[in-house]
Amino acid sequence: MRASHRLDSARFSALVRITHWVTTASFFGLLVSGFAIFIAHPRLYWGETGGLGTPYVLAFPLPFMKGGPSGWGRSLHFLSAWVCILTGILYVLSGIFTRHLRRNLLPEKANLTWSSLRRVASNHLHLRRPTEEDSLHYNILQRLTYLTVIFVFFPLLIWTGFAMSPAIVSILPVTVTLLGGQETARTIHFFLSSFVIFFFIVHIAMVCLAGFTTRVGAMITGHRTAKVARP
Amino acid sequence: MSDKLSRRKLITTGLGAAAGASGLAVAARIASRYGLIPPDHRGIYGVGETMTYATQRLLTSHYSLAREFSRSDISSVAPVNGEPPEYEPYLRQFAEGFASWRLTIDGLVARPTTFSLEDLKRLPSRSQITHLACEEGWSFIAEWTGVPLFYFLNLVGVLPQAKYVVFFAFDKKFDSLDMFDAWHPQTLLAYSMNGQDLPKRHGAPLRVRVPRQLGFKSKKYLTRITITDTMKNIGSGQGSSSPDKGYSWYGGI
Repeated sequence: MRASHRLDSARFSALVRITHWVTTASFFGLLVSGFAIFIAHPRLYWGETGGLGTPYVLAFPLPFMKGGPSGWGRSLHFLSAWVCILTGILYVLSGIFTRHLRRNLLPEKANLTWSSLRRVASNHLHLRRPTEEDSLHYNILQRLTYLTVIFVFFPLLIWTGFAMSPAIVSILPVTVTLLGGQETARTIHFFLSSFVIFFFIVHIAMVCLAGFTTRVGAMITGHRTAKVARP
Repeated sequence: MSDKLSRRKLITTGLGAAAGASGLAVAARIASRYGLIPPDHRGIYGVGETMTYATQRLLTSHYSLAREFSRSDISSVAPVNGEPPEYEPYLRQFAEGFASWRLTIDGLVARPTTFSLEDLKRLPSRSQITHLACEEGWSFIAEWTGVPLFYFLNLVGVLPQAKYVVFFAFDKKFDSLDMFDAWHPQTLLAYSMNGQDLPKRHGAPLRVRVPRQLGFKSKKYLTRITITDTMKNIGSGQGSSSPDKGYSWYGGI
């Protein structure tokens, strides 16, 4: 009885679905514009300062695209960042209010064991297609990953972004002094972005494994499209 | 059951959207009342520019200062972006040590004034060691010496309706600051860098230094400063030459 009820009812709430797709759009905006800004100077430094002729952490074999992409890139980056941050705040607040975070994302104590983690990880690594029952709720690995992206990567990206802003640093110097310098903040921002891009790739791969049409359909309509899932 | 649920969701979503829309309307009203709208507020990117500018103007106070460093932090390499003007009068004046160069301050002021480089160097000076971050990603720390812009604003007597300070350069480009940054104690008209006359590539004979904004807002090769209440009639009306090339007017980031 309970299972059939869950099958009929919405898999994702409207708020989760809307914030998911708005975040997806802002993610692409941030990704494209972040790259546009980065290729103006594809070198990473450590500390307060850095530039051509100083030691660097990493130099990409890319040409320096001066006087162009970083202009519109920054405008798009900030527009997307605003959309992303406001959507994120809405998602987290509503997630607390509707108990979505506690119910769907907080790992269940029973599953927070090495054996359970190992089993889920092994399923993923062997690219085992999740069962119908599996796709009804997030597994332990999904929960931990989503929580890390939402509550670790995004806040750190925002923080390191703030640390690159001369105006914000003038209000809160600790944003940059705690990191050890503006160029350090830029470098960390770059690597955090790379992690989020990696998450995105794995996320898409897992969606494909579980059935792209079904899963994307569920995130659009909120219901499991059982017809598609059946052979 | 599911019917009821979807109705509740519909109402919640509707209320959320209404709250969002009225929030935006209130924000727009506050922004226009307190002058929180940048000159380049048009277009889709203008939405982001306006939100960033307005938020930072609400958060930054006159007392928030850019970090200052010690002499040992000064970078040995100070890169630049762009070459000095290949403009005949500039090259001639550079060769003459800027003896005939003049800085004019006019516009909405009680006493329009013209200064020679010697005049500037006799005014009360201030040195500050600050971080200059280029929008491209590189940065350096240097010591700049010059006269705080607020000193000039007091000297020429800025009229109360003033909203922007516009900087014109030898290379025909211009940029502007709002009065908030113009009056800021660290906004400096610098004629010296690391104890020497401002090098050619760093904006000789005079540049503005705005350490609370990205490097491109620290306009080089200054010849004239105008105080105005609107940017509409200057260039394309977006506050500086930068927005035409896709770079935002506000560079506090």
